[in-house]
Amino acid sequence: MSSDAMAIQTAETSGQPWVQRLHEWVTTVDHKRLGILYILLALLFLVIGGIEATVMRIQLMWPHNDFVSPRVFNRMFTMHGTTMIFFVAMPILFGFANYLVPLMIGARDMAFPRLNAFSFWLSAFGGLLLYFSFVGGNGLYGAGTAPDVGWWAYAPLTSRAFSPGHSSDYWTIALIVSGFGSMGTAINIIATIISMRCPGMTLGRMPLFAWLNLTMAGMVFLVIGPLTAAQLMLCVDRYLGGHFFDTQAGGSATLWMHFFWIFGHPEVYVLVIPAFAFLSEIIPVFSRKPIFGYPVMVGATMCIGFVSMSVWAHHMFTIGMNSYANSFFAITTMVVGIPTGIKIFNWLGTMWGGRILLKTPMLFCIGFLFQFLLAGLTGIMLSAAPFNWQLSGSYFVVAHFHYVIVGGILFALFGAFYYWYPKMTGRMLNETLGKLHFWLFLIGFHLCFDLMHIPGLLGMPRRIYTYEPGRGWETLNFLVTIGAFVQGIAILVFVANLIISYFKGAKAGNDPWDAWTLEWSVSSPPPAYNFASVPTVASRRPLWDLKHPEDPDSRYE
Amino acid sequence: MRIVETMHKEDWPAILGRIAGGLFLLVGVLLAAGLCVASPQDNPVPSIFDPHSTPAESIRHLSHFVLGITGLIFLVVFSLLSYVVVRFRRRVGDPTREPAQVYGSTQIELAWTVIPILIVAVLFAATARVIHAIQDAPKPADAVEVTAIGHQFWWEFRYPTMGIVTANELHVPVSDPAHPTPTFLKLLSADTDHSFWVPQLAGKTDLIPNHPNETWLDPHETGLFLGQCAQYCGTQHAKMLLRVYVDSPEDFHTWVQAQKQPANQDAKEAAGRRVFETTACVNCHAVGGTNGTGRFGPDLTHLMSRRTLAAGAAENTPEKLRLWIQSPDAIKPGSLMPAMKLSDGDVDALVRYLETLQ
Amino acid sequence: MSAITTPLPQTPVAWKLPYRGRVGMTCLIFAESAIFTIFVVAYLFYVGKSLSGPTPGEVLETPIFFTICLLSSSLTIHLAGKFLERGRRGAFLLLWLFTIVLGALFLYGTGKEWYRLIYEHGLTISTNLFGTTYYSLVGLHATHVTAGLVMLSIVFLFGLAGRVGPEQSARVDVLSLYWHFVDAVWVVVFTVVYVLGR
Repeated sequence: MSSDAMAIQTAETSGQPWVQRLHEWVTTVDHKRLGILYILLALLFLVIGGIEATVMRIQLMWPHNDFVSPRVFNRMFTMHGTTMIFFVAMPILFGFANYLVPLMIGARDMAFPRLNAFSFWLSAFGGLLLYFSFVGGNGLYGAGTAPDVGWWAYAPLTSRAFSPGHSSDYWTIALIVSGFGSMGTAINIIATIISMRCPGMTLGRMPLFAWLNLTMAGMVFLVIGPLTAAQLMLCVDRYLGGHFFDTQAGGSATLWMHFFWIFGHPEVYVLVIPAFAFLSEIIPVFSRKPIFGYPVMVGATMCIGFVSMSVWAHHMFTIGMNSYANSFFAITTMVVGIPTGIKIFNWLGTMWGGRILLKTPMLFCIGFLFQFLLAGLTGIMLSAAPFNWQLSGSYFVVAHFHYVIVGGILFALFGAFYYWYPKMTGRMLNETLGKLHFWLFLIGFHLCFDLMHIPGLLGMPRRIYTYEPGRGWETLNFLVTIGAFVQGIAILVFVANLIISYFKGAKAGNDPWDAWTLEWSVSSPPPAYNFASVPTVASRRPLWDLKHPEDPDSRYE
Repeated sequence: MRIVETMHKEDWPAILGRIAGGLFLLVGVLLAAGLCVASPQDNPVPSIFDPHSTPAESIRHLSHFVLGITGLIFLVVFSLLSYVVVRFRRRVGDPTREPAQVYGSTQIELAWTVIPILIVAVLFAATARVIHAIQDAPKPADAVEVTAIGHQFWWEFRYPTMGIVTANELHVPVSDPAHPTPTFLKLLSADTDHSFWVPQLAGKTDLIPNHPNETWLDPHETGLFLGQCAQYCGTQHAKMLLRVYVDSPEDFHTWVQAQKQPANQDAKEAAGRRVFETTACVNCHAVGGTNGTGRFGPDLTHLMSRRTLAAGAAENTPEKLRLWIQSPDAIKPGSLMPAMKLSDGDVDALVRYLETLQ
Repeated sequence: MSAITTPLPQTPVAWKLPYRGRVGMTCLIFAESAIFTIFVVAYLFYVGKSLSGPTPGEVLETPIFFTICLLSSSLTIHLAGKFLERGRRGAFLLLWLFTIVLGALFLYGTGKEWYRLIYEHGLTISTNLFGTTYYSLVGLHATHVTAGLVMLSIVFLFGLAGRVGPEQSARVDVLSLYWHFVDAVWVVVFTVVYVLGR
């Protein structure tokens, strides 16, 4: 039945002229297509953001290098940060959520398909706006193109006096626009999970993927809301002569810092919780065991979400808060480590006693566990406020959060690509290229980001376009850049694999990994509206029950 | 039901062993590099693990403690992870049936919840002690008071009790632990956010407009200590360098006396002085005893007592000074110092005049 | 791997989930609350920090009447919803119109106050911190009232055309949830601006 459906679909699409097919993609409200659009958008921006990173790394290869001017360098790190967080990490995670959540909970689409399309296009045009600043940012002042205020845009650097022209406005408006898109998607994810589950899919039987994305979506409101509010205030300041962050008129620069980090820190968890979600699906399947401690995993995630709302000022230990405030934010930050630790142990518990199949998705997950452990430990170091007075704003911090975002989130994402690509395209990704991608990226990553910690310990601040020789930073910076190049090559291997396998990959079939969640019960790629008839489930692993009628999970629940 | 899998020939334990070895080596290199000690007189490497001042030393103690605990956690979890991957990986000839399906265990969950809680309690106690020790340190009566003002892209230092104004190179007396003479800095900003960071003397504290901050140094050794602005403040954030000279009490006294002198009035260089007083220089720069009282740029009354120009971006030599006046962008593109576009004769006279401001 | 061709078991179970519109609106309200919270925090943070006048104590007058208008519109919209549920379209339309009028009255009140502040007291958004925070917070709320009024009017027009019946009751409820939220926000804004902030 399923192969028939696929044949029909292929026949339908291949016969049409490309304009019509393009039109279908642009006007689509199908959650699977929108998911893929999100992912493609993010991959495009990943390449752009990667090029920006490369420019910075080339500039920092030698002291007093003049590959780019200071202004260009400042634009590069501003755009790199903004792009990677808002137009790579968020869309790509939304893309996977969009694609997988309805399939996993047995729904035929998201709760609000048109809102879904609207949200996607808001994000896409937000990205376009940001990059349009290269053309339109000059304004009448000839004041420079893309924004160069840093991705957290501390006041008063963003005031008209220090940032003439329109570059900061493009930054602000782009984030407001894409922020509304994010909120729309978050509303959709929550409404889908609450209201669209198939019969029998109680909250306690949902795949962890759905649980974690539910938490993530809930956090998006509490994260993007404050960011949007702060950006609106910045607009009032810049366009209506307001004084929110105008230090000359009694306004406060620290208020912006608070607002930004009330967004900024939980944002990290908005990004990392979906990465946890990937792990929580991939590790059990490749260990051939159910997730260890399902309720604890749900509880720990909620706990992370909750505690992460009260840790923001650990980004601001150096702004001169009093010792009580510093102590408070130190302890809350350390406390986040507890549920995170529990999650790591639970994944290890899942692998313990299993029969671990070391294919590419699993390799990336193991890489995640290792790097996330280290990132968590450097996080603990940063949470000790006095230690933070030395580390914050240095390359140690840059290394730390790249460990989280690249070593953690990106590794999990690569795992997700290798795991779900067969479902999305009907073809397997090439395993040899996958292993090459993994090892190259692992080596490049560690060469780059392990060494990057050290210049920070030796006093190198972040966001400097050049540095003085003789401070012990030269060799390290050179090697870091080499590591960046190795990662770039690995990404090329990955992109090549995506393209080659799309045409030449082995046929995947419905269930190439012998997995247990509902998305593997339909054809690859899934037919329109996913399920010919809405399924009914009786346990957390419906396909396990189906494959093991003699020993179904539903017996124990 | 069959498992779609062909086994791989690679020797996984060996590969993993090599990775583990490499990583341990890397951690070792990291620690060694961090702990490397520069020569005491000249401190070219501003390592946070080579402190010479009370607050920086307390931070190093804390950091060793935190590194110890996190190192231990790393060893335990990493060994566990390696063991699991090696021990439970699928091998050729494994039975095809599924392993035992285990759903969880309350006792184990409880154990790995309680242990981290205890660790956090210990870490927090240590952290809170150091926070209190550094932030709530009492200011002794004979502390030196300095007001540091951050500008785009240079530092202004004022010694309000001594009536001294200087820039970019801070002089402080060495502090004898028996009779401490720490330096307390009031941190202000004239424009955007900056951060005062001399890693070997103290952790960083931001300079934020409309938000006065305070920090203190208590250096135990004489010498030059390097630092730089650590909060992105605009185009030339990178070249907003910072030099702290820790002087012996006698040297400090001499320096203070010299700074208190009025500007040198050498009649031979009246031409250069006229250039200074009749061009845009005076809008931004001050020289005591002239009509130059500008505050946007560094005070030049004792320019020649400083070893660097442009906030540490260039050495203070006549050639560099000339270049700096004529085309600041050649040294520090984006600095707020305009190119003065003077005639060659005027520049020569001006440089000669500035060279007399000892 | 044998493809799973048989569909999953279809045992009928009792299965009722919350209405997605209501869930979606609740989420939107959470997001909006976060935005308002930040504006309220900024307002409270800057109370008394303006470097120049006028101050709230000098120029603000408590808008009791218009507040009563807005708050009572919550009641009318609730009753309208109840009538719609029971199929009494006429009563629904009347109360719905009442809600719109009350909301419009409130907006008029805000406009009148702004006119007075701008032309009599010279307070604009760029005058001082009070002006900046006051116009932003009250203006943000007024924007939400306006958006609400537009949506209410659309429903009203549909109602006049006879297209709103009991079967749309759940959807109308979603809109009235939003309207209740706008009213609740006003309670907070009122307390902050006219009670605490003076």
